[in-house]
Amino acid sequence: MSKFTIPKEEYLSKGHSGCAGCGATLLARFCLKALGPKTIINSPACCWSVVQGVWPRAALKVPVVDHAFECTGAVSSGIRAALEIKGIDDVTVVGWAGDGGTADIGLQSLSGAIDRRTDFLYIMYDNEAYMNTGVQTSGCTPLYAWTNTDPGGKKREWRNIGKKRIMDMLIANGIVYGATVSIAYPEDLIAKIKKSRCIKGPKFIHALSPCPPGWKIPTSKSVEVARLATQTGIFPLYEYENGVMTLSKDIKNKPVEEYLMLQGRFRHLTSEMLFEIQKKVDEEYEALKARCQRSG
Amino acid sequence: MIDLMTGNVAAAKAAMLAGVEVVAAYPITPQTSISEKLAEMVANDEIKAKYIKVESEHSAMAALIGASYMGARTFTATSSQGLALMHEMLFWAAGARRPIVMTVVSRSLGPPWNIWTDHMDVIGERDTGWMQFFCENNQEALDLILLAYKVAEDKEVMLPTMVIEDGFILSHTFEKVDIPAKEEVDFFLPPFNPDVKVNFRKPRRYGSLVMPDWTMEFRYNNYLAMEKAKKKFAEAGSAFSKAFGRDYSSLIESYRCEGAEAVLIITGSAAGTAKVAADRMRERGKKVGVAKMRVFRPFPNEELLKLAENVRTIGVFDRSYTFGYGGAIYSEVRNALFSLAADLKVKGYIGGLGGRDVTETDFEKIFDDLLTLRRSGLASNQVDWVGLKDGSMRW
Repeated sequence: MSKFTIPKEEYLSKGHSGCAGCGATLLARFCLKALGPKTIINSPACCWSVVQGVWPRAALKVPVVDHAFECTGAVSSGIRAALEIKGIDDVTVVGWAGDGGTADIGLQSLSGAIDRRTDFLYIMYDNEAYMNTGVQTSGCTPLYAWTNTDPGGKKREWRNIGKKRIMDMLIANGIVYGATVSIAYPEDLIAKIKKSRCIKGPKFIHALSPCPPGWKIPTSKSVEVARLATQTGIFPLYEYENGVMTLSKDIKNKPVEEYLMLQGRFRHLTSEMLFEIQKKVDEEYEALKARCQRSG
Repeated sequence: MIDLMTGNVAAAKAAMLAGVEVVAAYPITPQTSISEKLAEMVANDEIKAKYIKVESEHSAMAALIGASYMGARTFTATSSQGLALMHEMLFWAAGARRPIVMTVVSRSLGPPWNIWTDHMDVIGERDTGWMQFFCENNQEALDLILLAYKVAEDKEVMLPTMVIEDGFILSHTFEKVDIPAKEEVDFFLPPFNPDVKVNFRKPRRYGSLVMPDWTMEFRYNNYLAMEKAKKKFAEAGSAFSKAFGRDYSSLIESYRCEGAEAVLIITGSAAGTAKVAADRMRERGKKVGVAKMRVFRPFPNEELLKLAENVRTIGVFDRSYTFGYGGAIYSEVRNALFSLAADLKVKGYIGGLGGRDVTETDFEKIFDDLLTLRRSGLASNQVDWVGLKDGSMRW
């Protein structure tokens, strides 16, 4: 008999309006299983404002406060302050935002919330572009990726810089806990969310969230692509706590090509571009490992 | 207890008396001393509240929206550029029906950089769905905050409210203020207990996506709430008068309007100066009065029509300028009185921008201009600028 390691409770109802194969939807399902019913989610303009369904329906079985694009950190601080003044201490406040709402327009209020030592968990579901508005480049779009605002065109110019190193920025800002998670490794994901729940202060989760229409992958490939992101070392799984970095899974054993060439947004890559990306990924992975060994 | 204090201290004391639970504020002149005072009150346990040190005004309003959803009574204060930065969240607070109360210490918008008062900041936010109450003096800076909570949190209203005090003229000037006892305020203003707040036993989504098939109904409910707020203000104002002896039972305060041949409509601290000018005119046998518009949103149409039944020459003094047109209050008053247009004269005056003094003499000249207009029936301009240095001005 197999033993279930994933909690059976469901907090995301059937009939949500996420796209087929949406990584964020699977991510939310897993995260909420780890968080449980005493959770309040606040969420800015992003795919999630659509995925949850249209009023008067709502797909989540926990309270959700929707708000404007750039204020996830601020609304989280407000919710936590009110809970504190009301003497409620058994609720997890979760800011749930996309990469644009986090690393671009929402960076200021997230930084403010970290400065304020707000006790909350910020989960960035990173689909690597502004997907809700139809695939435009964000600060988290990877090097040489195609988007509608980096369309290549006659000039054959795509995204010209790598992903913003948001975790490093937030560690420097003063988060007490940080972790990367992937829908391809749900047990690791759930363990990290459960752990973070019990830590007081500002915490940040960076979740890779494959987006079939934006990444131009078949809807059946989301989990596979997410797994390859980790296996190629492009999205390593690690944890940061009290100044200590720990690599959760040291499983980099595949060339980046296997991850990139599955996706239509990278189909234009030349062998030079692939070589450059491979080189950068190798360097960054080694740097991460070194950092983990040093502090660990 | 009567004490001497600035408008900003009066505002902070009002927030304390109202028992605010969450304050989020960001520094900006001339508001800063309100948030400093509140931070001090929180630090000294004079008030059981959380003070959130936000990194911008936009975040101040966002934080309060979050706190208000949890059922907390909330307060902030800002001015000028800070209010402009909040713009997006002002719509959000009103659409989400969160009865947040905010003191706006009115200040000019740059450029040119100017930290002194005018109403361009608040007039710029008139369409965000907030109620807007103007203060004439420091007593009102305190009283109108208590009244604002009473009206804003009414279950049939549930709208956010700006209480507007003029920068420096009120915010930094000492005046006598009668501070009500906490028990009396508690009786007047019971704890905030909204019907709509987050409930973990009945999880809901707040601020959902709504399609065109329902959005208009949401907006219509905002409209109804604003309309009801007029009556609710008058009722709360009467209750306030019974509790504290100061009368706020009308949205427009009439001063010496009985038998007046001309009346000047005005908001804010300049109303006090206009009243003194009206007294002087009356001494000289000139029948003029002042109608102080306390409440600009919701717009007091009904009271205006009543005023115009007896006075056929009306001036409107705007401490703001709507680029490309004239004064916002002027145009709205004119619009409200349009049905009486046949023998009614309405003229706009713009002055006091960027903290320019508006003197008793200025108002005497405005009254004389209105009386001339009444006799001649001809206005050379629909809108005049008052108190300019330039020789091209009318006086």
